[in-house]
Amino acid sequence: MNDFTQGFVKALELLVTLDPEVMEITGRTLAIALSSCVISTILCLPLGSLIHFKQFFGKRALLNVIQTFYSIPTVVVGLVVFIFFSRIGPLGVFNLMFTPTIMVIGQVILISPIVLGLVIAALSGVDKGIFETALSLGASHVRATFQVMSEARYAILSAVIMGFGRAISEVGLALMVGGNIRGFTRVITTAISLETSKGDVELSMALGIILIFIALLVNIVFNRLQQR
Amino acid sequence: MALIETVNISQKYDDREVLKNINLKIDKAEVFTLIGPTGAGKTTLIRILDLLESPCSGRFLFDGVDVISSRANQLEARRRMSYVQQRPLVFAMDVFDNVACGLRWRHMKSTATKRKTEEALELVGMTAYINRNARTLSGGETQRVAIARALVTEPEVLFLDEPTANMDPISTAKIEEVLAHIINEQRIAIIMTTHNMSQGQRMASKLGVLINGELLQTGSVNDIFNVPTSREVAEFVGIENILQGEVAEADNELASIRVDGETVRAISNYAVGGKVYLLIRPETIVFSLSHEAGSARNVFKCKVNQINTIGSVVRIEVECGFNLLGVITTEAARDLNISIGKEIYASFKATAVHVIPRW
Repeated sequence: MNDFTQGFVKALELLVTLDPEVMEITGRTLAIALSSCVISTILCLPLGSLIHFKQFFGKRALLNVIQTFYSIPTVVVGLVVFIFFSRIGPLGVFNLMFTPTIMVIGQVILISPIVLGLVIAALSGVDKGIFETALSLGASHVRATFQVMSEARYAILSAVIMGFGRAISEVGLALMVGGNIRGFTRVITTAISLETSKGDVELSMALGIILIFIALLVNIVFNRLQQR
Repeated sequence: MALIETVNISQKYDDREVLKNINLKIDKAEVFTLIGPTGAGKTTLIRILDLLESPCSGRFLFDGVDVISSRANQLEARRRMSYVQQRPLVFAMDVFDNVACGLRWRHMKSTATKRKTEEALELVGMTAYINRNARTLSGGETQRVAIARALVTEPEVLFLDEPTANMDPISTAKIEEVLAHIINEQRIAIIMTTHNMSQGQRMASKLGVLINGELLQTGSVNDIFNVPTSREVAEFVGIENILQGEVAEADNELASIRVDGETVRAISNYAVGGKVYLLIRPETIVFSLSHEAGSARNVFKCKVNQINTIGSVVRIEVECGFNLLGVITTEAARDLNISIGKEIYASFKATAVHVIPRW
């Protein structure tokens, strides 16, 4: 218990003094998670709108598949990315393994089903008459689609935040394709995993506190948006 | 050239035929009211005219251009129209932005957008609500915002789908006041649906009766209400005396028509032997205690079967070989001392009988 208290005090000290290693890992973690979140949003907003507004054969099945991928294990995504991007893989020529870029790619694959599924759900929650009202007021089909998105903005933002939460908290994928290289691909979750196994509880706890703080912040924003 | 012209427009949902060969012409600045019972297809027709759905067959010409085939034509045509839905939806923004959005989507400059939006809100009496979240408005207020939003773009044609449905009398009066102002002041074509016939009569210069997806009759208010061309239209516009008869004698335009053993004199061009319906409005029947025909060619001794007092009027059902329904004031009923079973005289003019063929 005493060790735990000492560790906690040390962890707070690392945070208060803005320890360079802690800040560097935190910065990279946020950069990778935010990048994947932005890319995923850019991909999923138009794709989600297309799926929502168009009627096509197999739409129901596609929605089921998307929802199934909500809970895909991170290590499975890691494995798939590894197979494709390893030196002998079909995309090995890009030489991206164990770089922040491949971590972003992996996280985009991981969180896109969540963002996509929740974007579709958000658009479905908007009264169908909104699209027609916009059309009847002289909007083009694209503009009317934007109007529906605008009506669903809080629900869409919630989808993005959910995706961000999933990206920042995953560890398996980051370890498999990032390699947890100090000063290059090490992020909060992989650092906690490594430092704990080495016995450096203080650093792990400091990083854990930051991760919990970010999760808390995300949760507060998410709840506030849901209440609108 | 008509502003709006439909040629044999039909619409089906699955196997259900909702509209059947609708042929319609609306001129610029014409106020056309489409009346018909609930479920007749009025909203579907308006939606097709506003290009929100495509008919399964037929042509729709807007200002002479076929607008069904091309999406570019549709956008251009739709920007010359406005549509106020039965249950208008407002966007999750304030009243000003709701009204201004149509102008912004037409890339109008912000100063002009502001001026026009404020003018439109003033027209409908909603200036005080300009910064209110539109989602917090009452039904009547929402309807007025929807009308302002529709008018702000200065459309050539305005579609109004049951503009006062489910509204309280005060809100209805306010909306009708706004619409009357638009009709008088702005030279735009208005196509309105309603199942409120008095509203249809007050607002329209031309009426159309849509029943079971068929446009049974179009014409002036007088044509529709006094000279219906079918039994269905007659029933819908409230002609409650619909008698079946057969032309027994035809003397120039004045005919004698046999109805359940009695003879009714009416203005008719139908030949002897022709099977017809006689349509008589209840308010054209005069009741008296003695045989005082006056100028009326039809006088029948009859027995009172039923009396219903509704407000200031009394509906009297009598039997005079055939059944007749008349409407008189409560004062007149008191003077006649009418009671069930009492024998009185019912009279009506030959010109009060409208004769249509019975197929």
